[in-house]
Amino acid sequence: MNRLTTTAIVSLSTLAMMQAANAEEINALVWCDHADPALIEPFTAATGITVNLKEYEGTAAGLAILDQSQPGDWDVLVIDAVDVGRAVDLGLLAELPADKLRNGEFFPEVVMAENNSRDGKTYAVTEKFGYNTIAFNKSKVDPADMEDMATLTSGKYDGRIAIYDYYLPVLGEMSLAAGVNTADMTPDTLAALKEPLFALRKASKSVGDVVASQTALATGEVDILVGGGEWLTAVLHAENPDLDWTIPKQGAVRWAQSLAVLEASEKKEAALQFVDYITSPEGQARLATSSCYWGMPANAKTGDVLTPEQKTVLRWDQQPEYLAKTQLYPVPDAALDQAMQDLWTEMLQN
Amino acid sequence: MASIEATEARRATAFVAPALLWVLAFFILPFAVMIGVSFARLEGRTVVYGLSFDNYLRFFSDPSLFKGLTISLEITAVVTVISVLLAYPLAWIIAMRVPARYQRLALMLAVLPFWTSYVVRSYAWLLVLGQNGVINKALLALGAIAEPLELASTRSATIVGFVHFFVMLLTLTIYSNLIQLSPNYARAAADLGASAFGTFRHVILPLTLPGVVTGAFLTFVLCIGDYITPQILGGNNELTLPQLIMLQLGRRGDFPMASAMSIILMGVVTLAYFASARWLKLDRV
Repeated sequence: MNRLTTTAIVSLSTLAMMQAANAEEINALVWCDHADPALIEPFTAATGITVNLKEYEGTAAGLAILDQSQPGDWDVLVIDAVDVGRAVDLGLLAELPADKLRNGEFFPEVVMAENNSRDGKTYAVTEKFGYNTIAFNKSKVDPADMEDMATLTSGKYDGRIAIYDYYLPVLGEMSLAAGVNTADMTPDTLAALKEPLFALRKASKSVGDVVASQTALATGEVDILVGGGEWLTAVLHAENPDLDWTIPKQGAVRWAQSLAVLEASEKKEAALQFVDYITSPEGQARLATSSCYWGMPANAKTGDVLTPEQKTVLRWDQQPEYLAKTQLYPVPDAALDQAMQDLWTEMLQN
Repeated sequence: MASIEATEARRATAFVAPALLWVLAFFILPFAVMIGVSFARLEGRTVVYGLSFDNYLRFFSDPSLFKGLTISLEITAVVTVISVLLAYPLAWIIAMRVPARYQRLALMLAVLPFWTSYVVRSYAWLLVLGQNGVINKALLALGAIAEPLELASTRSATIVGFVHFFVMLLTLTIYSNLIQLSPNYARAAADLGASAFGTFRHVILPLTLPGVVTGAFLTFVLCIGDYITPQILGGNNELTLPQLIMLQLGRRGDFPMASAMSIILMGVVTLAYFASARWLKLDRV
């Protein structure tokens, strides 16, 4: 082995060791849209920070994972925007430096300071939002019928409907149809939803999770999905442009997901870098068009990065109207949550 | 002499110790923890540890939850019976009618679906049974039906998916029993005047019963604890016990209730084991 080769090997080894020493890792508890390599890899390439991801579904499951972990195990948390307060109450979230956040670039309606802040301190930042409403195949149903929730239980579409298996948005949507705002739902108002919910179930063919719902709509198993929206039809748009969605006259539920740094994190600087990347127009465009599901980016400047086709699929230009017509998910306390889940389980078993 | 015996005992203990430690660490301890958690309660969103039977009482008093157990038992019973009825003739044909040199190939073909992912296989069935699936399209093309049949998202779809999987498993266990039978049994029965059916009923079937029941028990255990197949093929139109357990974990974060339901599921499996063991008289084997 000549001297040049030896020097090269030693240099490369030293460089690799230095990179390994400098390499930083953060652990993120996320939803599946963050697991898209197209979203995470550019961040790692730019910062050298590796992001270890664990996916979860449902705030209760996320909080249970945190409860069973050691302090410091997790650095970043994606959480339903309406549940940020719960995590703050549990002392899980770190205060974010408001002056370093990009809230000024956001659609005003989705800054959601009432959810993401407490006593003037910001604990989370909205990263993505969308709608749980009615998705349908416009070549199989009359789009005008989809403007009224009542049509779904009229008998016209019996056996051609699927229900998205997530109790919060669907019960929220049904509550709006019953004339009760999502924020005003109680166990008493919930009781009145049993009859219309069971009627909808009777008219439906299946109740499925995201993949099952998408499959049912894509394969023509059903023509209507209650609880669906752009998050479900957008990824199918290329292969079936007939899949569409609308917000009925009764209104629909708006979902939003927030990003937070955990109080127990020992890598808050790296975690904040990740938050900044995700809320930047580039990160937002990648998150909005994630291979798991699409959704509207919270940062309005993302419009400069998205392609015209992506903006069409996301209905970028109609957002002001849609934002005005929709309400946030219900935020149930423990008793209401229990009652909602009991009603949902009963519906599934009948 | 005593010293030799002591050495032998120590050696035997040393040989068994790794297996015992493995079982202790990965079965006994987790199981004990699960039993402990099943007696805790979820109050609001906080788990309160103690000795409460609330979860067990709730399971047996809440029709939505108890129904999960009856649905699981019904599906499992049907799947086990159909799988045995299909697997036995298949195993018999492979063992008795296929020439010895082709038996390995025949077995491999019989268990070929094992090579694909369980989830992919279930989704494949969804595409076969769906509204626009292979079966409906073929029947429509033949004019046998005017409207597509409701095949997917039903209990029948779940059963089809299960049977497809478990027929392979049962074929293997029954085949392994059949292949060990000496042809002299059948010849002796024939010499004594037994018909072909009589030979099967009084000689072959009793001798292969251990293989059938072993396979049926494995089918029972795997089927009643399965979550994926009913989730994909059943369309959530009814929830089995494992689906309800997943609901407690994934949606409610109610680990105590999920633990209690898991213990009940294990209790059912244990009962099935004792029923099979007693019937087979395994204690005499």
